[in-house]
Amino acid sequence: MDEDIPVIYGIDFQARCLVSQAAESDAVRFLIGTQSLKHENQIQLIDFDEESNAISRTVYAHPSGEVWNLSSCPFDARLFATCFNEVENSKVISKASLWQFPDKTAGAPAGDDSHNPATVPPLGKIVDFKDDDPTDTVGVVWESTASQKDVVTLKSNGIVLWDLVEGNSTVAKMKSCIPVEGKGHNRVLSGRWSPHHSNSVIGICTETSIRGIDFRTGKTSYTIENPHGYMVRQLDFNQNKAYDLASCGDDCTAKIWDIRNSAAGPLRVLADHSHWVWCVKYNPFHDQLLLTSSSDSHVILTSIASLSSEPITRDAEDEPSSELDSKENLVDGIINTYEEHEDSVYALDWSSADPWTFASLSYDGRLVINRVPRSVKYRILL
Amino acid sequence: MAQRNPLDLNQPGFDPDQYLCRVLKEEALPDLIEHEIELQQQIKSLDSDMQTLVYENYNKFITATDTIRKMKQDFGQMEQEMEKLAGNMSAINQFSAQVTASLDPNRGKIRKLSETHAILKRLQFLYDLPARLQSCLESENYRPAVLAFCKVQSVLESYRHLTAFQQIHADCLEIMGKLKAALYLKFRRKSSTTRELAECIELFTMLKEPAEILCQEFLAHAEIRLMEDLEQLDEQLAWWSDPERRHQAVDILTFVDMGSNGFLSNVCLVVASYNDMFVCRVEMSTDDEESNELAKRKLIFFVSTLMERYFNSAKQRILRETVDSSTCEVYVRALDRFSRRLQAIDRLITETDYSRVGFKLVQEAASLRCRQYLSYLNNEFQSSLVEVRELVSAKPLSTDASQKLLLASVQKIHAKLMERCKTAQADVKAFVQPEVMFANNRSFYDHFCKVDVRENMVVAHFTDMFAASEELCQHGTEKLVGSPLLLLVLSRHYLDLNQSTIGYVMTLTREHFSQDERNVLGIPPTLFQRSKEVAQKLVNHFVHQEGLSISQMIRKSVETRDWLATNEPRNVRAVMKRVVEELTVIDQQVGQLFEEGNRKETGSGSSRRTRPSVVAARSQSRSAKWTNYSPVDTSLLSNIQKLFSERIEIFGSVDFSKVSILTGVIKIGLKTFLECVRLRTFGKFGLQQIQVDSYYMQQYLWRFVSDENLVTILLDEIVSSAVQRCLEPILMEQSVVEAICDRG
Repeated sequence: MDEDIPVIYGIDFQARCLVSQAAESDAVRFLIGTQSLKHENQIQLIDFDEESNAISRTVYAHPSGEVWNLSSCPFDARLFATCFNEVENSKVISKASLWQFPDKTAGAPAGDDSHNPATVPPLGKIVDFKDDDPTDTVGVVWESTASQKDVVTLKSNGIVLWDLVEGNSTVAKMKSCIPVEGKGHNRVLSGRWSPHHSNSVIGICTETSIRGIDFRTGKTSYTIENPHGYMVRQLDFNQNKAYDLASCGDDCTAKIWDIRNSAAGPLRVLADHSHWVWCVKYNPFHDQLLLTSSSDSHVILTSIASLSSEPITRDAEDEPSSELDSKENLVDGIINTYEEHEDSVYALDWSSADPWTFASLSYDGRLVINRVPRSVKYRILL
Repeated sequence: MAQRNPLDLNQPGFDPDQYLCRVLKEEALPDLIEHEIELQQQIKSLDSDMQTLVYENYNKFITATDTIRKMKQDFGQMEQEMEKLAGNMSAINQFSAQVTASLDPNRGKIRKLSETHAILKRLQFLYDLPARLQSCLESENYRPAVLAFCKVQSVLESYRHLTAFQQIHADCLEIMGKLKAALYLKFRRKSSTTRELAECIELFTMLKEPAEILCQEFLAHAEIRLMEDLEQLDEQLAWWSDPERRHQAVDILTFVDMGSNGFLSNVCLVVASYNDMFVCRVEMSTDDEESNELAKRKLIFFVSTLMERYFNSAKQRILRETVDSSTCEVYVRALDRFSRRLQAIDRLITETDYSRVGFKLVQEAASLRCRQYLSYLNNEFQSSLVEVRELVSAKPLSTDASQKLLLASVQKIHAKLMERCKTAQADVKAFVQPEVMFANNRSFYDHFCKVDVRENMVVAHFTDMFAASEELCQHGTEKLVGSPLLLLVLSRHYLDLNQSTIGYVMTLTREHFSQDERNVLGIPPTLFQRSKEVAQKLVNHFVHQEGLSISQMIRKSVETRDWLATNEPRNVRAVMKRVVEELTVIDQQVGQLFEEGNRKETGSGSSRRTRPSVVAARSQSRSAKWTNYSPVDTSLLSNIQKLFSERIEIFGSVDFSKVSILTGVIKIGLKTFLECVRLRTFGKFGLQQIQVDSYYMQQYLWRFVSDENLVTILLDEIVSSAVQRCLEPILMEQSVVEAICDRG
């Protein structure tokens, strides 16, 4: 039973960034970047012990400034990238850098003093993503497989593809730059690398549209115009269905789209939040499960079983025992609303190690780790 | 009487002595004298009477004696006469016998002669027959020919072996063959009338033509004529279906009349004559019965094939007819006639039930009509939506008009609804007028009233209205579906529906379409529920739309400004003033339609002045802490603060009251303000500008909202977020803030 009890942890600073350590498949680990104008900002590595429900953290100093975006390298647990604000001459400039955890700890939490940055070896900055364009960098997106070691930075006005050349000191070489243009508000806000279509497409959210941009051609392969009325905050791809995409935004909804036929409207509209939805995440293993977080300070776990990649095979299997079916099958709808937060929840992520665990982070620095209810878990597994 | 009274003078047993004794004893002398006189007188008169009598009788006796004497003399003469008579009579007898004997042989001859004459006459007739038949044939006067032939046929048959007759017989047969052929020709001629046909049939029957062939011939002939009727109908139908030629086609009433008077009455005629000729023949042997059955079956098959076609045409025409209020009555009359006429056929052929088929068609037509009316109602609703949309988006010239504009729109929508519901009901009422025959059918009446009108028209219209209005609430659609004001007007409209109009319309429907008190149906509760739901959805959406438009203003103003390089605040930013103006307009608009609503009384009006300073002081103290202590305290502090305030649901449901609606709008706007502030980094003056703006909002927004605290909390949070996002968090003196706001 205690598995369903949320674990709440305060990280002392305001924060907007939380990602799971993508390359880590054994331990439930999350990275958090803090936002403080007065103090030195931190990258906190949160390690969650599933047995004891205990959280231990290692705090690393992030000397460059407020962390506005954080992304973890999917093929090397030691690597991660941040976007941060630097104030120069009373101007705020957003930049991005690639970092590496110090070798000794290799991402593993150390002793009792680990929350004190002074006792922990500093982060190693590998490279700055620097180009001549002073436009704000708003995010770093890794390609999900290690084959090419490509990384993309999202700028307000376009996206830049980098090649990381390893050597004595790693160099980031700009491979190509694709501007994002169009009518209306096209400030790029966020993006995700599509795991399908031979990893050549990146999905980005501009203020009023969702676009898929193909790197081979540099062309826009699909566009969803004005999916959320005002602002689109984030998107996520279904890992198992090549054409499914979830988005969320300022109309308080999350929507599931089929990118082949987005003109016909979304496949599903989830309008359960009462304020802007900032974050949407498919469960990477079981695409029936979708997490959303909102500035109404709720996190909602929704079942979209009918849009999942699984139901077809399930139906075929379950046909002989149909009476069990009604009980066992997961129906669409809200599974749970998590109300542990008291401020806007700007970030959440599923653990990359345990498909049933997820973390959410509210602006006031409250980290909550939750698990999918056991009954739902069994229904999906059995 | 028998009693002998010896004292009574008139009695036979009168005893004079006794009488005398008594008189002497009883009466006085004068009386005695008087008595004596009286008696004497009586005696005298009796004597004279006696004399008279004797005299008369004597005379009679004399006369009688004379008469008898005379009679004796007469009888003597009479005897002589009688004897004479007897002699004469016997002479006559003798003569008569003689005459009879002499005439007897001649009489036999005469009889023979007259018989021969008759035979000769008949023979003459026979010999003349071929010629007569021929002439009849030529003059097409078939009836006498047939009659004549029938008369002699048996004779000819029996004397066929005689050479003379053989010839005649052959001639006759030949002529009759021709005659039959001529008859068949006539029979098959299209122009022959049914009456002529009937005659033909009669003649054929006399000629003992086989009934089966006749049936077939008759029906085949009838079919040609009936098909013509049907083709005429089909032609009309084709014209009518062709939009270019529709004006040539007749209207539905004429069409039905054409069908009834042309086709149906011909069918009736055919059936009637067929029955007369083939079915209802009087002589009924078992054999006949069989053939009767056969004939009947033939007829039914024949009629049913034709009727099927007829129904087919009629159905197409009836179901495809479009009906509006002006033609509804005509349409119903046409249907009425249509179904009435079908009964005539059923009366003729008992085995069929075409009125049921027709009735079904009528029922179908009635349902279809109601469905058409439903779409008409829905279209009307859409057009009234368009109208109101134009009305509310038009800028009124005078403020006075604008103040009543929304109210007028609500009334207009309402009036249109009532009008179209009433019109539609009045129109379809034609279907259940008492003089309409099919309306008297219970099952039709019930089904029509309950299902067609009530469920499929009235209730369905409401449901469709709700659905159509809900579509206006789709989130984030690009096509601007409804101006916010339209949403507001509709919301009010549905609230009215919920409170009274639905009840009224349903009662109206019940009054029009149910005389049967037992079948009174209540108003479906889902209607009330739905209307309330939709009203709620619409008002919520109104709040969202207005909130978002305010949000947009605020968002743009926060996002586009460089808060680090901003100057020291001297004024409230213009956008804040615009927000307040905008809210004032919304307040005025909502006020037209909704009641004020309840405010949480948190204090007197003066709180407006005192409260902000408290707030400012609080945030100041907090910012002081923030700069002095570790950040842990900050989050702790803000958490503690939140513990004491309820969680605010931003895009929540609102009540149907002005303050609740306005509160909703303001909540959305302020929350956007907060979120936008958190994404920026502020310099000292940037922060102070936010401080000034918040104070200004505080001053103006309290009057719109139900709970002043709410505004305070949100603004408080905005300022404290700005403090946290500030590089140099130094707040302005409260007095300066107040001064700036008062000036602005």
